[in-house]
Amino acid sequence: MDVLELARWQFAITTVYHFLFVPITIGLSAIVAWYHSRWIRTRNEEHLRMAKFLGKLFTINFALGLVTGIVQEFQFGMNWSSYSRFVGDIFGAPLALEALLAFFLESTFLGLWIFGWGRIPERLHAACMWIVHIGTVLSAYFILAANSFMQNPVGYRINPQTGRAEMSDFIAVLTNEVQLVAFPHVITASYMVGGAVVMGVGLHKLRKVTRDAKGDDVADRRMYRHATRLGAVVTLVAGLGMTISGDLQGKVMTDVQPMKMAAAEALYETPPEGECAPFSALTIAGLGGEDPTHVIEIPCLLSFLGTGTWDGQVQGMVELENEYRAKFADGELTQADTYIPPIAVTYWNFRLMMGAGFFAMAVAAWVLFATRKDRVPMQRWVQPLTVLAPLATVLGQSFGWIFTEVGRQPWVVFGEMTTRTAVSPSVGATDVWISMGVFTLLYGALAVVEVRLLLDYIRRGAEPFEEPRLVEDDEPLQFAY
Amino acid sequence: MDLILIWFVLLAVLWTGYLVLEGFDFGVGMLLPVLGGGGFKARTPHLNQRVETRRRTLLTTIGPHWDGNEVWLITAVGATFAAFPHWYATMLSGMYLPLLLLLVVLILRNMGLEYRHKRTDTTWVRRWDLTIIAGSVLAPFVVGVVLTNLVHGLPMTEHLAGTTKYTEFDGSVLSLLTPVALLGGLTLTVLCLTHGAHFIALKTAGPLRSEASALGQRVGPVAAILTVTLLVALGISRGMAASWVVSGVAVVALLAAIAANARGAEGWAFTGTSATIGLTVVSYFLMLFPNAINGRGASPDLTLQAAASSPLTLTIMTWAGVVFTPIMLGYTVWSYWTFRRRLSVDHMPAVSESHP
Repeated sequence: MDVLELARWQFAITTVYHFLFVPITIGLSAIVAWYHSRWIRTRNEEHLRMAKFLGKLFTINFALGLVTGIVQEFQFGMNWSSYSRFVGDIFGAPLALEALLAFFLESTFLGLWIFGWGRIPERLHAACMWIVHIGTVLSAYFILAANSFMQNPVGYRINPQTGRAEMSDFIAVLTNEVQLVAFPHVITASYMVGGAVVMGVGLHKLRKVTRDAKGDDVADRRMYRHATRLGAVVTLVAGLGMTISGDLQGKVMTDVQPMKMAAAEALYETPPEGECAPFSALTIAGLGGEDPTHVIEIPCLLSFLGTGTWDGQVQGMVELENEYRAKFADGELTQADTYIPPIAVTYWNFRLMMGAGFFAMAVAAWVLFATRKDRVPMQRWVQPLTVLAPLATVLGQSFGWIFTEVGRQPWVVFGEMTTRTAVSPSVGATDVWISMGVFTLLYGALAVVEVRLLLDYIRRGAEPFEEPRLVEDDEPLQFAY
Repeated sequence: MDLILIWFVLLAVLWTGYLVLEGFDFGVGMLLPVLGGGGFKARTPHLNQRVETRRRTLLTTIGPHWDGNEVWLITAVGATFAAFPHWYATMLSGMYLPLLLLLVVLILRNMGLEYRHKRTDTTWVRRWDLTIIAGSVLAPFVVGVVLTNLVHGLPMTEHLAGTTKYTEFDGSVLSLLTPVALLGGLTLTVLCLTHGAHFIALKTAGPLRSEASALGQRVGPVAAILTVTLLVALGISRGMAASWVVSGVAVVALLAAIAANARGAEGWAFTGTSATIGLTVVSYFLMLFPNAINGRGASPDLTLQAAASSPLTLTIMTWAGVVFTPIMLGYTVWSYWTFRRRLSVDHMPAVSESHP
């Protein structure tokens, strides 16, 4: 593999891995903060126990999200220095603001929350976790603004003297139309992940305490039931928000990146005037050729997804390719062999993303039904669902990202710079081999450690209630490393 | 040039913040096997309770802070990207392998700090201890090598891409390992060690406090010799009046810190090493100006002017900095104030996995 291939693989591996933890961090911090605040309001001991229990899972996860994020920040300069030179004027600003506004908040207030038991007045202490949550959301905003610029560059002009893209309107960068639909989509999806994790863990524990019911398990059962149902409600509501924002996103995408929408459906030919575009739920073969075989096809749905009307015009890839060739083939930074992205990857990830989301929503709806009144679904086949539903939401996010990033190829910045011109010219293949190998091995090992640790803590469950109180100078702390 | 100068100064501030703050938590990490006891053994048949309690006390002194301290690095790198994209691109792609090493050791060190206390079995705890110790030694070493290289000079060449010229690193990983750069790495590591000893003396009570102070007495002079050698070596090739003055004050601050530590004035000792680290950064930036990266020998320099973002981006960044930096500093200070009390081994709760 050459440097370009390697750098792309490294970016894919490190980014997808990083983004396994990010949505959990966003979603779970909100639920932990909610439980913590509920405890202060209601003095319901179970809520404090849940806040601490989920807080532990949160911190285990946060650690990995953070360290893999640092790699991301360095990677643009290390592997994509031409890209960094070309758009640094615009792209660097949101990254720097993310650190200044979001990362300091997250890390400082998480430190205050973890070590603050018995040291900080309780309302302020609970507020710390809310601030952590705000930090995670702010962070998502800035990084998505940066990403949206790559999808749909706005607020810039090319300076002929410096040969680079320069900022002309920062507000436009922060309110990019792609950003305005991508941000709600990612945030609702993240709440869905948080909800599904709490639902999955709650249901697993609920079934467990019900099975080995002992004398004092009534409180535990009530506690886990509450978490299960809370998680399910969050999953459903967020899932609804995600569906709506995803639909809006489809329309913006058809508008600004029509090639990506066409690739999502493997639509080669623009349907004749007056005819709508169908959506295929399942296709066998034909994704590389000119004649795909759709097994299940829903008439006109693609037109609706793309334009909001059942007979809207959706352009096919062949027409777009000709358009882009005429427009871009002469530019030094914009030449490409083809302007069609890898179709099979986009096609399948688009469907896997939606399928995973709808699956988790269906499980959540069923869980709400199955746990109504005092019921606990004890059937053996329920157990896999406690793992599959949260997993589906997390993987759904990954599929979504793979779709959105592969779907914009060959562009790194749409219409301005192709990915192959973005790579570092001074970095050799050996260096990238080494770093890709190191990160892959390290990330793999850390994944094993993290999963083991999470399972360990889930198995142990919530600790017994302990009344928090302010610590005096000479007595042991409530929490220390 | 005004905005470029402002951002050059702000980067010096960010690096100072990073090295002063994370400097002491690196120092604490390095001292884990020394002040905590127990050496570097990855496997011991059982956790020695005395060792374990001492190590936990040491780690708890930095527990609420190390993560926030590290954000200064992330901000420094992010700000370089935003304010000086060519600096960011040349530095990160040019020093590829050292930065890869830095990322790896930071990852392992962070995971150690976060995961060490999540389980109580000996192998688990001791292995993470090793990543904390190794990370705390190697991270400042690599940062020292990287920063010293920027000042001392890198082999560079002018590239022409289309109509635009830019200055690019033109060497291999071996060209980064000059004696001066390695001395820079070693000096920063030993400075962090001294700084960490002063911090522990300031933040703990009981035997740890006096032992840390005594250890500071031993490593302080070594740090002083290294710092003088480094600043003279760099000064001979890159120095000018202002940088010599600042370097001199940095050394005086270090000597004052050593003296303060000897007299048991721990606050002043810590202030002194903070000043030394900060002034060394200032001296580095003076020797760098008006360049972002000095060229080695006949190599062209990467000037700040050539590396900088457009005036609009710099203006936006300046406003964001003006508004949000005081807020950030405010809650950072509050966090340090909240956890201001000295810790002793008596403050350690029994080992428990019941808290997050």
